[in-house]
Amino acid sequence: MHGMAYRKAKNHLMNLVMLACTLAVLIPLGLIFFHILKMGVSSLSLDFFTQIPKPTGEAGGGMANGMLGSLIMIGGASLIGLPIGILGAIYLAEFGGSKVSTVIRFGADVLSGTPSIITGMVAYTLLVVPMKGFSGLAGSVALALIMIPIVLRTTEEQLKMVPGSLREASLALGVPFWRTSLKVTLRSAMSGVLTGILLAVARVSGETAPLLFTALGNQFWSRDISQPMAALPLQIFSFAIAPYEDWHKLAWAGALVLVTVMFVLSLTARFFGRSRHSG
Amino acid sequence: MLTDSTGAQHSRQRDLASETALRGTPETENILQTVTKREKEQAKGMKGDLVFRYLTTCFAFSILAILALMLYEMTGESMPSIRAFGWKFVSSSDWDAVQGVFGALPYLYGSVVSSVLALLLATPLSIGAALFITEIAPARWGTIIAPLVELLAAIPSVIYGLWGVLVMAPWLQSTVQPFLIEHFGFIPLFQGAPYGVSMLAAIFILMIMVVPIITSITREVLLAVPLSQKEAAIALGATRWETIKMAILPYGKSGILGAAILGLGRAIGETMAVTMVIGNAPNISLSLLSPAYTMPSVIANEFAETTSKLHGSALMEIGLILMVVTLIVNGLARLLIWSVSKSANGGAA
Amino acid sequence: MSNKVHLEEVNIHFGKTHAVRDVSMSFPENSVTAIIGPSGCGKSTLLRSMNRMHDLVPSARVTGKILVDNGDIYGRGVDPVSIRRRVGMVFQKPNPFPAMSIYDNVVAGYKLNGRLPREEANEIVESCLKRVALWDEVKDRLKTNAMTLSGGQQQRLCIARTIAVKPEVILMDEPASALDPISTLKIEELIEELKTRYTIIIVTHNMQQAARVSDYTAFLYMGDLVECGETKKIFTTPEQKRTEDYITGRFG
Repeated sequence: MHGMAYRKAKNHLMNLVMLACTLAVLIPLGLIFFHILKMGVSSLSLDFFTQIPKPTGEAGGGMANGMLGSLIMIGGASLIGLPIGILGAIYLAEFGGSKVSTVIRFGADVLSGTPSIITGMVAYTLLVVPMKGFSGLAGSVALALIMIPIVLRTTEEQLKMVPGSLREASLALGVPFWRTSLKVTLRSAMSGVLTGILLAVARVSGETAPLLFTALGNQFWSRDISQPMAALPLQIFSFAIAPYEDWHKLAWAGALVLVTVMFVLSLTARFFGRSRHSG
Repeated sequence: MLTDSTGAQHSRQRDLASETALRGTPETENILQTVTKREKEQAKGMKGDLVFRYLTTCFAFSILAILALMLYEMTGESMPSIRAFGWKFVSSSDWDAVQGVFGALPYLYGSVVSSVLALLLATPLSIGAALFITEIAPARWGTIIAPLVELLAAIPSVIYGLWGVLVMAPWLQSTVQPFLIEHFGFIPLFQGAPYGVSMLAAIFILMIMVVPIITSITREVLLAVPLSQKEAAIALGATRWETIKMAILPYGKSGILGAAILGLGRAIGETMAVTMVIGNAPNISLSLLSPAYTMPSVIANEFAETTSKLHGSALMEIGLILMVVTLIVNGLARLLIWSVSKSANGGAA
Repeated sequence: MSNKVHLEEVNIHFGKTHAVRDVSMSFPENSVTAIIGPSGCGKSTLLRSMNRMHDLVPSARVTGKILVDNGDIYGRGVDPVSIRRRVGMVFQKPNPFPAMSIYDNVVAGYKLNGRLPREEANEIVESCLKRVALWDEVKDRLKTNAMTLSGGQQQRLCIARTIAVKPEVILMDEPASALDPISTLKIEELIEELKTRYTIIIVTHNMQQAARVSDYTAFLYMGDLVECGETKKIFTTPEQKRTEDYITGRFG
């Protein structure tokens, strides 16, 4: 048995060690924010939101085409992913037997744990090869594969929290089950479901790897989803690894925009989540 | 909305019918009409529910179909490479697209070394930070730091990569690596020239990326430790650190391990940030200062412009290995975390 | 007086549990019938079988015949949805739709099924709220959320919502058990008033309540129908020993 003074000293020492760990965790992350903010703000201009990238070596230009492409592809991914995620969740919450549901839940977990570059490879073999070319559509599909499990699991959790008495109330009024599911159960869980959707959108809006060999990227304006399409994260990637100072600046500006968008989405999601808990 | 209007109409008519019946002037025609309407409506209502059930079932099972399709495609596309190289694929380091010879050992090596070392650095830091947040810091700090850490886990990897390649790697090249070479150059780990982009850079960036994940899961595990466990230790006169060592850490052991393994799964599959800082050279070098390559990185760099069918197939096989490895790692992690939350719930009940 | 609802050898199983055994009885039109019995005797289970609420429970199995106006509601091709429109239900705990206003709650049965012309909706809301004696209390705040009402008001709102879709039968599953005495009294007065138009079947564990509101009473024990008949007779001269024991409070 050690003396009290020794034990107290050790306690203090370990407290310091844990504080040091916390700082070691927070400092690099703080630095990242600092640099994004510093470099991003100084590089951001109106051109960034209105111009497309200038040819190699020329100064100026922006990432407007990348932002548009990202919007289009996220929209496409939502169109594909949300119905599958939400209706699948309704099945799990309302119909699924326990064994079947466990298998589907496990499948969703496997899907969400799969590295995102793999979903890009799969979308490549399923769409790019048969269509004989890279396309925004293939990018949307790859992103949808990432959204589905997130939306499925959050929606299911939210639906399960809706009290059965509401379903019964609606059914007892002679409302068919499908209308009850959509208009009473799903609507009651709406704020939570919306939180999940926002988190899923935030997640895919920063995804780069699945777009590398699906959307490929595009130096010009691209609105046709059957053609290669620009995306903000792809542009950040290719500009960051290019050897030009001007392009690095654009990449920082892009990073600032992307992080801002993601934080706004996350905060909105949190707000929705909170309003549900208090209300 | 057609069904709806007939629905409302139907009940209105029925009401009318029953009211006229009450008044004692039965209008048989009206009632007959109501009855046929009711039957039609019945058929429609049931059909709606049936369709709804089938539809949701289809969508739910489509997740399994997607997964099966993924595995099928990956395996199918890998077959030419598997047939051509067999086990040599994972034991050879010849990767020559021109000659059509593919061995993935450097990528496997790079993936394993970068993620395992990153994890060895990240885990203690994360545990320390999680303990600080839950056990030591005032509760108010915890409510600020915890969501902050969770928000950090959501930053896209391309942004970590951007920072890594433009800020961290130059700093490593100018400061850290020369220092290591000068003072620890006798250790093989720190020999060679300071490149900046290197295995070391990949390890650091992966560490920074997985720390928020491990910290936030560890925090949840620690919060699930029942108060009675802590109280037992405190009642024995234990200091705070002794309480942590005696009661909290043993209780959360497997959950924390699960958190670390989940971090490993994330690190192995991490693509963009690593690709941007590791240097992308298929070396197997003991030195952490030299550039290296990982499985996701080689896919990211070469898959869009493969030179031959076999080249694409070899990359697919790397993808397949990656998928299976992450599947096993994630499964293991979930099992551990799940067993903890289950026993914690059991304890509470 | 004719029989509105008629049960013939009704058996209800949940998996291996036999919850209701061979119950046969009738519910006369425009009257109140109370089903009483100790908790767990199957009275709620029996009630819920009469508008097919058990359809949602995969393990539940209902056999025998349940006739409403001489039509078997479990017959082939019968849609449970149309049955529930004719046989409404009021639950133990008031369950207004939390995201809806008072107004929308009353017409929820229509709105959830589609659209409803405004004038008609106004009419329904006013007449139904008047019938449940809630109109004067809420007419100035119809658009406020239904959850702002007191428990008793919420339950009357739920009754208004039920009668708004014009059912023929109303099932009530201990409708006042979650309410205070004054609210309970109001609900009981309402039941008295409603029976002129509807056939009401009420489950209650409160024998005084059964004696006060019902015309007929059925005593259920361990899934068996022990005795049923006119309320007066059941409470004064029951035929079965078990009924007498229960009513005099010797068990349960």
